[in-house]
Amino acid sequence: MATATTIGGRDGLLETLTGSVRRRRKEQAVEIVLAGAAVLSVVISLSIVLALLFRALNFLSQVDLSALWVGVWRPRQGQFDLVSLVYGSFVVTTIAMIVATPLGLGAAAYLSEYARPRARRTLKPIIETLAGIPSVVIGFFALTLINPAIVQGIFGATSTFTMMAAGIGVGILTIPLVASVSEDAMYAVPGALREAAYGIGARRRSVTLRVVFPAAISGIVASLILGISRALGETMVVAIAAGGTGNAERTLNPLEPNQTLTAAIASLAIGSDQVKTRGSGLNAFDALYLVGFILFVSTLLLNVISERFVRRFRRQY
Amino acid sequence: MSLAATGATRSTVELALRGRRADLGGRLFSAFLLLMLLLSLVILVILIGSVVSDAWPVLSTRGIGFLTSNLSSFEDRAGVWQGLIGSLILIAFVGVIAVPLGIGAAVYLQEYARDTRAARALIANIRNLAGVPSIVYGILGVVVFVQALGAVTGPEVHGRSLVAGGLTLSVLVMPFIIIITMEALRAVPGGIREAAYGVGATRWEVVRSHVLPYAAPGVFTGAILALARAFGETAPLLLVGAVTGYLSPGGNSGLLETLRGAYTTLPTIIYNWARQPGEEWKPLTSAAIVALLGVILIVNLAAILLRNRYERKW
Repeated sequence: MATATTIGGRDGLLETLTGSVRRRRKEQAVEIVLAGAAVLSVVISLSIVLALLFRALNFLSQVDLSALWVGVWRPRQGQFDLVSLVYGSFVVTTIAMIVATPLGLGAAAYLSEYARPRARRTLKPIIETLAGIPSVVIGFFALTLINPAIVQGIFGATSTFTMMAAGIGVGILTIPLVASVSEDAMYAVPGALREAAYGIGARRRSVTLRVVFPAAISGIVASLILGISRALGETMVVAIAAGGTGNAERTLNPLEPNQTLTAAIASLAIGSDQVKTRGSGLNAFDALYLVGFILFVSTLLLNVISERFVRRFRRQY
Repeated sequence: MSLAATGATRSTVELALRGRRADLGGRLFSAFLLLMLLLSLVILVILIGSVVSDAWPVLSTRGIGFLTSNLSSFEDRAGVWQGLIGSLILIAFVGVIAVPLGIGAAVYLQEYARDTRAARALIANIRNLAGVPSIVYGILGVVVFVQALGAVTGPEVHGRSLVAGGLTLSVLVMPFIIIITMEALRAVPGGIREAAYGVGATRWEVVRSHVLPYAAPGVFTGAILALARAFGETAPLLLVGAVTGYLSPGGNSGLLETLRGAYTTLPTIIYNWARQPGEEWKPLTSAAIVALLGVILIVNLAAILLRNRYERKW
């Protein structure tokens, strides 16, 4: 009897210390639900990898492997030359980075090192707004304005659809990403480093170029790699401005229409998916899994590398 | 006299400090940086200006009627109503599925999970997911929501339904929401949590009544930006049916039939019209872009300003 009350008392004490059973149950339930939401992301990435891998292997097992190396990409005719698409992606990404690197880094350096705090507070949101413009809009802009005014006007192209117009459009889309990541890196360089340089008589330009740039270099490199990854994965601008015939060739000429990895997927997707290719009984649509897999692996690699760079720069300060 | 002398002394001193020559290189360098910044902004201005001026004939003659007319193959009658409704329903999907799941996952990773190898791998995985090109999510949507779950998501349209589109977009923006929410939670100082623990709150009580309210501006901004991004997303929807489909204009069918039926969205209408040969569709495409950009830019700017306004330094 006496023991029982003691135990009861101990239970009471325990309950005061740990909370009521209901409260603890609720606590556990909440934790399980939240953990479930987090684990969902793993499920998503696994299903991306598995879906792409199995479908790509399935396509490879059906296709005549020599059809992957025939010099042209004409999926409706059973010619799946991946190199043509890689050429296309290479041209667009290169032009995009030629546009985005000076504009993005220049804007970042100005905002971080030259702009007064008030100007920075106004200008940075505007640059971030540029990041919100949908790519389909930039695609239309590239087709109707950049191509006639710049590519045809200055570079003398004759085609309505050109890789250069698409590349410039993709570059415009990439500017905010490059600017914002590299600005964060430069802004995070400790003021003491700048003051030390000013203290021994350095000018602002030397401080920017010889102190801030080297100190923030891993963040800057990361911003450029992320930019390349973004440009590589951009679909709509290329699908609209670089030519929608669905075919591609091994050409590096930016003044001609061509296809990238992404635009090839889009063009296969909007075609009717039951079209059999000539000769083999293969669905042209299924080629998009293989192209998607290549795209996924290459952007993943770039993102992992840039993450490494970012971590290095975080460790420093 | 004394004033002039001061001026003279001053310029002498400045000259001596500058090394007796004007810093021309430095001036050029700063002018170059400013030019790069202004160019980026000028692009934005030219883009909006040209789109609005191209769209003006349509906007001035048809006004709101352009938004409320159905799709048509006659350019003087075509409107974007179905696309607008389709896009809004997709956004609702994202708001109902991706936002709560994303915030939940972020709360778990930031507030509950211990710093183990598994948790770090999970976070790295989410960062990588955020960098996957959107069209790859479209392929995922085709494989999972259209083909595997087609019988559930839309049996009559071979799975290319609003449900499939909404789920694909939800999966696409979830990593983005998780990352932004985690940043907002990280910014809440530990003292707030410790104070709540100190008076006997459980972990969930700490999160719900203390951490989340303080992180709310950041979390909301992230959610709004994610919705805006989903609103303008096109590429994955090409794969899961938004191009071929038309939302039935009658609207007599029930909600479930609508959700499992064919659809189209504002961005995919722009894509289709942009590909039309000939100049007749250009004003129409521009008008649709004005509608899309109008929504997205206002929402984005509001979200960013909101964040800057409520951003606290602890």
